[in-house]
Amino acid sequence: MSGAFRISNAGRLTPARTARFTFDGKAYTGVEGDTLASALLANGVHLVGRSFKYHRPRGFLSAGAEEPNALVEIARDSARKTPNVRATVQELYDGLSAKSQNRWPSLSFDVGAVNDVASPFFSAGFYYKTFMWPKSAWKNLYEPNIRSAAGLGVAPDQPDPDHYSSRFAHCDVLVLGGGAAGLAAALAAAETGVRVIIADEQAEFGGALRFESGARIEGQGGWAWAQGIVAQLKAMGNVRVLSRTTAFGYYAQNFVGLVERVSEHLADPGHDVPRERLWQVRAKRVVLATGAIERHMVFADNDRPGVMLASAARTYLNHYGVAVGRNVGVYTANDSAYGAAIDLKKAGVNVAAIVDLRDNPSGTLIDQARAAGIEIHDGRAVTRVGGKLRVSSMTVQPKNGGGERTIAIDALLMSAGWTPSVHLFSQSRGKVAFNEDKRFVPGTYAQDCVSVGACNGTDGLAASMDEAYAAGTKAAKEAGGKATKVSKPKVDADEIWSRGMLGSAPGAGPDTTVKAFVDFQNDVTAKDIRQAVREGMRSIEHVKRFTTNGMATDQGKTSNMHGLAIAADMLSKPIPEVGLTTFRAPYTPVTFGAIISHARGPLFDPTRRTPMHGWAEKHGAVFEDVGQWKRAWYFPRAGEDMHAAVNRECVTVRKTAGLFDASTLGKIEVVGPDAAKFMELLYTNPWEKLEAGRCRYGIMLREDGFIYDDGVVGRLAADRFHVTTTTGGAARVMNHMEDYLQTEFPHLNVWLTSISEQWAVIAVQGPKSRDIIAPLVEGIDMSDEAMPHMSVREGKICGVPTRLFRMSFTGDRGFEVNVPADYGQAVWEALWAEGQKHGAAAYGTEAMHVLRAEKGYIIVGQDTDGTVTPNDAGLDWAVGKKKADFVGIRGLTRLDLVAKGRKQLVGLRTKDPRVVLEEGAQVVDNPNQPIPMKMIGHVTSSYWSENCGRSIALALIAGGRDRAGETLYVPMPDKVIEVEVTGMVFFDEKGERLNG
Amino acid sequence: MLLIRCPYCEEERPELEFRNAGEAHIARPTDIAAISDDDFEKFFFIRQNPKGIIYERWRHLHGCARFFNAVRDTVSDKFVMTYKAGEPKPSKLPGVSK
Ligand SMILES: [Zn+2]
Repeated sequence: MSGAFRISNAGRLTPARTARFTFDGKAYTGVEGDTLASALLANGVHLVGRSFKYHRPRGFLSAGAEEPNALVEIARDSARKTPNVRATVQELYDGLSAKSQNRWPSLSFDVGAVNDVASPFFSAGFYYKTFMWPKSAWKNLYEPNIRSAAGLGVAPDQPDPDHYSSRFAHCDVLVLGGGAAGLAAALAAAETGVRVIIADEQAEFGGALRFESGARIEGQGGWAWAQGIVAQLKAMGNVRVLSRTTAFGYYAQNFVGLVERVSEHLADPGHDVPRERLWQVRAKRVVLATGAIERHMVFADNDRPGVMLASAARTYLNHYGVAVGRNVGVYTANDSAYGAAIDLKKAGVNVAAIVDLRDNPSGTLIDQARAAGIEIHDGRAVTRVGGKLRVSSMTVQPKNGGGERTIAIDALLMSAGWTPSVHLFSQSRGKVAFNEDKRFVPGTYAQDCVSVGACNGTDGLAASMDEAYAAGTKAAKEAGGKATKVSKPKVDADEIWSRGMLGSAPGAGPDTTVKAFVDFQNDVTAKDIRQAVREGMRSIEHVKRFTTNGMATDQGKTSNMHGLAIAADMLSKPIPEVGLTTFRAPYTPVTFGAIISHARGPLFDPTRRTPMHGWAEKHGAVFEDVGQWKRAWYFPRAGEDMHAAVNRECVTVRKTAGLFDASTLGKIEVVGPDAAKFMELLYTNPWEKLEAGRCRYGIMLREDGFIYDDGVVGRLAADRFHVTTTTGGAARVMNHMEDYLQTEFPHLNVWLTSISEQWAVIAVQGPKSRDIIAPLVEGIDMSDEAMPHMSVREGKICGVPTRLFRMSFTGDRGFEVNVPADYGQAVWEALWAEGQKHGAAAYGTEAMHVLRAEKGYIIVGQDTDGTVTPNDAGLDWAVGKKKADFVGIRGLTRLDLVAKGRKQLVGLRTKDPRVVLEEGAQVVDNPNQPIPMKMIGHVTSSYWSENCGRSIALALIAGGRDRAGETLYVPMPDKVIEVEVTGMVFFDEKGERLNG
Repeated sequence: MLLIRCPYCEEERPELEFRNAGEAHIARPTDIAAISDDDFEKFFFIRQNPKGIIYERWRHLHGCARFFNAVRDTVSDKFVMTYKAGEPKPSKLPGVSK
């Protein structure tokens, strides 16, 4: 038996298909198709949680996504713990394990409930007022304690082991909501042949037909009709049907985010299926059929477990076959609760009484209730309920005062009316309108969408379906669908519900101090809202923030309208003047996993590896991340630390030779009859007279005159330049060049091609570099006469094409061997074998940095920071003085850029040669001045140089070049370091080694 | 995510494929080396940043890679129109009054 409250012959589940589960460690049995809520209710469990602030006992309010109370933790294992799961939407599976939250030591005895007694201290705005002083205590004392006492679930403390997927989809008509209206709209659109996607958050389609027993369509029950339509839609090639899928966000241009719960309902999902799937759908037209949400009655202690929405009780009965009690009361201000009472009565549940706030209600449902023998107390209110952990009685009083009467009950069904779900419409930037029925309904549309049925304020099944069918047809036609035969479903029997009420019910008015809850999840009462108004809040946006009404994870699905009405009443203003808060995404909480999908761990960002990466890995390279690149940092041999390895690499390069993987350099080919003219405009240097086969170090500026990038450029032919950029600058330099070529210099006949990944680059540097390369090269005379420093030749190496550059970033004789990327590793291995004969070493980026710093070669982005001119960097020689134009030419003459005292790049030698400065350290000229000291610059590069036998550093210093020989100071936390200003070259000042 | 019409590809593509490139119709002076400080300030530093209609440059970076111009309403974030680089600033905007 799957629970004492399971009614035989009621509901749509198969009782024999049982599923076991636990709640707070206790074992229960439910039925496949149950939600955790229906399964617990079948077992007579109403108490499922403690409230946020007052720790009051709470039960199930609803049977759907709007649930504010019944939040539990579902744990599959130690890593798979999901807090704040709504028990009303969590489908039951065999072995499910759930735990209640926010209680200690137990659900039925919770120490935190003292907050309920102490509640005067916890009224609206208390966070803002009570804990203001002393300020420091907020962070250390108040906040941690408030967070642990007032809170919901506990976040998991392990990485999420599940995987998620993500899909983009396009369609002509997207229908959101799979109730009667949504299905009618989808059917109408699908029949025209357009591409349709229909999504619903429930496991099964049908919406309110799940409980609306009075509905009959096309000669069958409403639910059965819905299942037939779903089967029909699924069979159509142009329709995608997504169940368990919530549209959580409506963005610009009909871009809708949906999350599909793929395996959350399975006992053993396995590893092949994702937990959730994110759908990013672009639709030509959107049909919103999101229905309406029933409101609760606002009266004293309306949060007692057992007190719930009438539609919820009806759903538990008609769909799950569960009676929420054996002796229920009903408290309503509209007709729909009567349907619940009648269905329960028919199922054998005693209905103690219907208390109707209205005088002399009339209509079919009221007549049916009377005929079924249910006692109706009209013009009366429920002023309070009895019971502690579960409702035991209701106290009924004439609504304008008078004698009380207490009626024993074990559940109370309430309905204050229905609130159209305009959340997605509001997210689409549509403006809601307050209509004559005192409902906010879609008013002005901002996007190509339409609302149909209950979310549009349309009452009754027949009217809703007519409207939806027409809207589906129209949307399809607008999206390019063809007119087709009409097969509009015919509604045979209908339930029409009248309007209900907003705000607090009698007995919970301004003259009372009772706790009549408006927002269950954030523990906001009618009294709190009134207090906010008394304390000066006038706009609903302020009332909301002061009271936190509607700010919980349920975003006020049941509470917003009540809160608004109570505030409006206090302000004696019409509701629209107080305003409705804006609805924001997500409609219901979305996991981070679904949003980030595969973009985590190694897939968070692409990893770029050079063609020689495998060789470096095999030879023990330690890698460093340079942007998305993995670069070999140094190659330690056995027993070497980084320092020892880098020292050895630096010494070996200058003694014999070293091999360095420079493939990450940005490379751009500039080709065309106007290539030289283009280069003249993009770089400070002159290019027209550079001979083919020669290279030049180029500097690129921004229009403001500051250094943007640099690199060696080889002229392969009159109309062809092989440009190199910094590793980090590759993409933006290409963009910068394209921008000028396309928009400022479109008259130039030039073509730009990124060739960064097409050429692998092996730098061979050192006195033996030519001896290593020459035996492998064909067709290139590598003598100093034929191939001087800064030249480029095309030929073959190891039988494959090469662009061989003679250039140096070390100051020693050097070459950069460019080969097609696919040959990179093979050529590297051949060069390595040759290198071994000469005792060459592989060196990494750290040695490369040290070697270039020994020569005072700058690295753009390290020794420059976007405010450095060529002159500041000591590179004035690279600016063509006779040129009439280049990007940055005017910027260079700006007053500030030619002013005296600018920061200039200089060398620094520490007085103690063993001390290595910290990069970024500030420099002062007088260490005895009071703090804050005047900083005159900072260290940009600093290393130990084994070749120089001392530390070396580059720094940007105000008026630096004029300070040569001066002593400056680098204040550090523990000491002050004395330094001498020098030139930038520390090794081989005469530059003789380039031909050494 | 916005849809942006590339005037070269002649179709709407998702925003992810594009990169904004700042205000449009600011031509680099042909005699830039000779212009005054004031003119350089106007050319390089001063931007409209309007509330409402803005003329701006975009690049269809992950598509045809062309730069083009767009008219966008900064309040509604809606694109009014797009047109090719080098084409004149449109005098009439579809669906925009005044
Ligand atoms: Zn394009």
